[in-house]
Amino acid sequence: MNTKAVHAYLLLLPALVLLVAFTHYPAVATVVDSFLSTPKPNRAAVFVGLDNYVQLVEDPIFWQALRNNLWFALGTIPLSIALALVMAMWVNERLPGRAFLRLAYFTPTVLPMIAVANIWLFFYTPTYGLLEQVGAAFGLPSRNWLGDPHTALAAITVVAVWKEAGFFMIFYLAALQGINPSLREAAAIEGAGRWFFFRRVLWPLLMPTTVFVGVNAVINAFRMVDHVFVMTRGGPDNATALLLYHLYEVGFKFWDSGYAAAITVVLLVVLASVALLQFFVLDRRTHYQ
Amino acid sequence: MRRHFLKALGLMLVTAGGAFAQQPVEVPFYFPVAVGGPITKLIDQYAADFNKENPSIKVSPIYAGSYQDTIVKALTAHKAGTPPVASVLLSTDTFTLIDEDAVVPIDNFVKTPEDKAWLGGFYKAFLLNGQIGGKTWGVPFQRSTIVLYWNKELFKEAGLDPNKAPATWTEMADMAAKLTKKDASGKVTQYGVQIPSSGFPYWLFQGLTTQNDVILANEAGNAVRYDDPKVIEALAYWVDLAKKGVHPSGVVEWGTTPKDFMEKKAAMIWTTTGNLTNIRSNAKFDFGVAMLPAGRKRGSPTGGGNFFIFKKAAPAQQEAAFKFARWLTTPERAAQWGIDTGYVAVSPAAWDTPAMKKYAADFPPAIVARDQLPFAVAELSTHDNQRVTKALNDGLQAALTGAKTPEAAMKDAQREAERLLRSYK
Repeated sequence: MNTKAVHAYLLLLPALVLLVAFTHYPAVATVVDSFLSTPKPNRAAVFVGLDNYVQLVEDPIFWQALRNNLWFALGTIPLSIALALVMAMWVNERLPGRAFLRLAYFTPTVLPMIAVANIWLFFYTPTYGLLEQVGAAFGLPSRNWLGDPHTALAAITVVAVWKEAGFFMIFYLAALQGINPSLREAAAIEGAGRWFFFRRVLWPLLMPTTVFVGVNAVINAFRMVDHVFVMTRGGPDNATALLLYHLYEVGFKFWDSGYAAAITVVLLVVLASVALLQFFVLDRRTHYQ
Repeated sequence: MRRHFLKALGLMLVTAGGAFAQQPVEVPFYFPVAVGGPITKLIDQYAADFNKENPSIKVSPIYAGSYQDTIVKALTAHKAGTPPVASVLLSTDTFTLIDEDAVVPIDNFVKTPEDKAWLGGFYKAFLLNGQIGGKTWGVPFQRSTIVLYWNKELFKEAGLDPNKAPATWTEMADMAAKLTKKDASGKVTQYGVQIPSSGFPYWLFQGLTTQNDVILANEAGNAVRYDDPKVIEALAYWVDLAKKGVHPSGVVEWGTTPKDFMEKKAAMIWTTTGNLTNIRSNAKFDFGVAMLPAGRKRGSPTGGGNFFIFKKAAPAQQEAAFKFARWLTTPERAAQWGIDTGYVAVSPAAWDTPAMKKYAADFPPAIVARDQLPFAVAELSTHDNQRVTKALNDGLQAALTGAKTPEAAMKDAQREAERLLRSYK
């Protein structure tokens, strides 16, 4: 090996050590643990093959959490991206109070999720919460949003959209500002309408940003559970149990580390395959300048 | 220059050696905060006072978050080989701590007759959860029970005697009906009674089951009775309150229940004695505190945290932690702790101290929790506790939201619990 290569590896070493210690080794260890039983003081962990995965298949709460999570993802991803795009287009225009608007849209992102969840808890409170007061002004019936299994999941989805849209808006805003204004002028001369311009010029140019935001949105849909802890603790009757929340309960409330490792592996596989799919399939159809 | 350096180095070594010779016994102590008020400040003060009185010991209190955070930290540290020496943890986690081989029985340190008298001096109800297999594993410290708070103003408005709380289930249902108010469109603006059901509904439900004269788990912690007819009957009573419209429908949030009471949206609520200080300082109306109403009999579970000593600590550290536990629960200190926080002072002797007597005379509701103790039972706790309890929680929420009948919900919960407990028989 020549000196250059040695130097290069030395420079890479610090980051590599951190990544291996805190990301790669734990990931591999989790896969190994998922084939072992949960160690008990009088019984060390033994190899149990696929037992933990069999338990997973038979666990109704796991399936419910997975189903909930898919609905949660289906709710948050398109909604927050669409909202982010609309907000970005809006605050990209020359209008009075633009800086203030941008700040206002970005505020939810800055707030800690736990604080946000506590605020929304009171929004949703029956009989005197904010939603209730607004609803009462229009003569709507009283609802227990978080206490009813039919509305609880939607209620926490709305919080996630509200929290995320502002963050994604920043990326779209940056992308919009990077687009050459002469394109708009050229389109105007050719007589293209606003919608046509958006569909055939802006949207394709924004595609790289959309891929990036999309990957992030998917990961967040499986990662954001802070508000579940505050607002519902997975209730009523697991109606708002998301995968990561279920994983936390199995791992740190039930202390079943073997089974928790199996759920983690499933979660990792799901996320990795979605990310790969997005990068390889969407990327090919994305126009990079 | 070099000589100076060596001299300085020598001096440092000597001082370090000297410090080492008389180094106090370190006692890292994890504690959770589960109620409002300056808990961290109080605990820090206790540790400082104790360290001053005992120069050979250094207790360092470490705030560890909620009960759940604290047990996660303590057990993870235990598994990694360096647990705290002592920690306050939920009394219901005793089985878990024993199964993980994490704690030592308190009896190991009880040697002198004074020690024995001290351990015998706690309320029996508070020792129950910590006594397993003939040994005592936890020292009662921050303990609570459920009581009924009622709004005297609203009682007066409804034509009820403002100084009389419901004494029986029937009375509570009748009063709740009178206390429920609707607006012109038929929307309920004030509920008669509210029993929270988010997070840990099993605890409040245990009030109802105890009153219906049934115990949910056996003492060995390996069998439960979720589908007993009396349990189903207790759940049906709760579900019926909501069906009649005198209790909010669906799952009621635990955290906002005291607020609902203070906003006059609920005329009677069930919640922990730990909320007493909070409600006392924030309610803008006259309120009363009463024992929970009786079904077949009176009853309430206890709740809250015990003081545990960890197994992997050195013997000298364990002895020091034991000394600290004894010091914390002396009558005067237990009384002050109760007054400052709203927790129930853990021994009859604490209630006989002048400070406590004065407090009770100024604020009689504080005594209610104590008077309820003879009717109190151990909080639901089994092997694999949180999982077995979750089976019940899920069943309760399913019944309260109308997804299942009380009978079907409890049968399902029982089946799940039996499956989980199979390996502990």
